[in-house]
Amino acid sequence: MRRIAVVGASAAGLSAAETLRREGYDGTITLVGEEPEPPYDRPPLSKQVLAAEWERDRLALRTSADLAALDLDLRLGVAATGLELVSRTVELGDGSEVPYDGLIVATGVRPRRLPGEGAHVLRTLDDALTLRERLRPGQRLVVVGAGFLGAEAAAVAWRLGAEVTVLEPAAVPLAHAVGAEVGRMLAQVHVDRGIDLRCGVTVTEVTEDGVRLAGGEEIEAHEVLVAIGSLPNTEWLEGSGLTVGDGLVCDQYCEAAKNVYAAGDVARWYNPLFGASMRIEHRTNAAEQGMAAARNLLAAEGARKPFAPVPYFWSDQYDMKIQAYGFLRGHDEVAVLEGDLAQRRFVVGYRTGDRVSGALAVGMPPKAIRRWRQAIATGAAWHETVRTGAPAAEV
Amino acid sequence: MKVELEADKCVASGQCVVAAMDVFDQDDDGIAILLTEQIGDDQLDDVKEAVAVCPAAAIRLVQA
Ligand SMILES: Cc1cc2nc3c(=O)[nH]c(=O)nc-3n(C[C@H](O)[C@H](O)[C@H](O)COP(=O)(O)OP(=O)(O)OC[C@H]3O[C@@H](n4cnc5c(N)ncnc54)[C@H](O)[C@@H]3O)c2cc1C
Ligand code: SF4
Repeated sequence: MRRIAVVGASAAGLSAAETLRREGYDGTITLVGEEPEPPYDRPPLSKQVLAAEWERDRLALRTSADLAALDLDLRLGVAATGLELVSRTVELGDGSEVPYDGLIVATGVRPRRLPGEGAHVLRTLDDALTLRERLRPGQRLVVVGAGFLGAEAAAVAWRLGAEVTVLEPAAVPLAHAVGAEVGRMLAQVHVDRGIDLRCGVTVTEVTEDGVRLAGGEEIEAHEVLVAIGSLPNTEWLEGSGLTVGDGLVCDQYCEAAKNVYAAGDVARWYNPLFGASMRIEHRTNAAEQGMAAARNLLAAEGARKPFAPVPYFWSDQYDMKIQAYGFLRGHDEVAVLEGDLAQRRFVVGYRTGDRVSGALAVGMPPKAIRRWRQAIATGAAWHETVRTGAPAAEV
Repeated sequence: MKVELEADKCVASGQCVVAAMDVFDQDDDGIAILLTEQIGDDQLDDVKEAVAVCPAAAIRLVQA
């Protein structure tokens, strides 16, 4: 293998490129990225960047010296527009072609939008800088969607003195992900600060003066932020013969076709640890899956390793840090394992079948969380681990 | 080699501790702490792994 193309120059793509070099691959690496900036970090966009605590120079994922040491054929500011599997070529928006022996797809996701003009989304550095320009004390901000992204942005806007309304279609924010009880608790944190949180409300469009609801009512706002989830960037793969279905579909090795792998937010792969196909939009997964895809691409036949991580996610809201491990979706039961929801210091566990499938913690020391992560990683049985109050494995 | 940690970037994920237990620990808030700055050759691979998996780009390896 002498030519590897990595498409998408963010967390997952960079991690893949670095891993190729760490594993001793010394052929060409073409790293293609649609954004003009060198790889930068997204989680701070809805936190320190929006709050104007950090400027863009703090976001670089690597120094220019570290990037240069990777000896990349770096193509920034240009998008991949097509893929020819048979001739093994990636077509770029500037008309050029990148021939490859191995390909890693890491094109991430983009925000879903609503009909109408003028609303903000929050995915790129430009998005964050544009929104932060507009967040002034007394400004009325409507946030559509009370997921983690909307909640973080609402918290920062509140801190900056904006009047914040959050509109959420579900009866309880995040209930499908973290369960109704935890979802209610997380929502209450915002209500306590004076955020106007309205649940069971569907927004149909963005208007000149704010947003319109399903019933026809209009809610006025100076600024509107739409945070209603995202769509995988797979359009450039259309007609290539690869299977796309809410992400690029891969097997347990993150392989989509011979010598074609995917990593990060765009990848839907089979995670054997949970026996489920999943697509994970978490920062640590992007780095870990980039590593796994790169290693498997270079590995000899029979030496590839299934990618079987415990997903991990964190979110910062006000002074509260939320950390979640595992695969919470579709859980059968939620139980408080340690601490107390009302005090906002707790670990809750998620049961799927008879296994500990997830844990979510607020305000707990790392050791308290680590042993539950271990229980998830080892597929510990719920009835043995939780009823006795102690996880099967101590770390 | 030497490890550098920018603690104010750390998001308390604990990934570095999983990758290199004898080089990193976390305080009670989860913020990473360096147990040693100088890295032996036998620890190099683990620390490179930590650099790669840190979700905050808070860890760097530099020539001592
Ligand atoms: C505001 C915000 C806050 C977040 N906070 C957290 C958090 O607190 N905790 C957490 O765990 N996760 C968080 N995340 C999620 C985390 O940032 C993502 O999981 C991570 O960025 C995924 O990395 P990726 O490389 O897979 O995709 P992306 O970061 O989306 O990168 C994909 C790159 O590919 C480029 N691209 C797309 N199409 C093409 C094409 N056709 N050709 C070439 N290039 C293309 C894009 O421009 C982009 O630069 C947050 C995300 C955002 C946006
Ligand atoms: S991996 Fe990075 S963010 Fe996570 S605890 Fe270590 S230094 Fe902090």
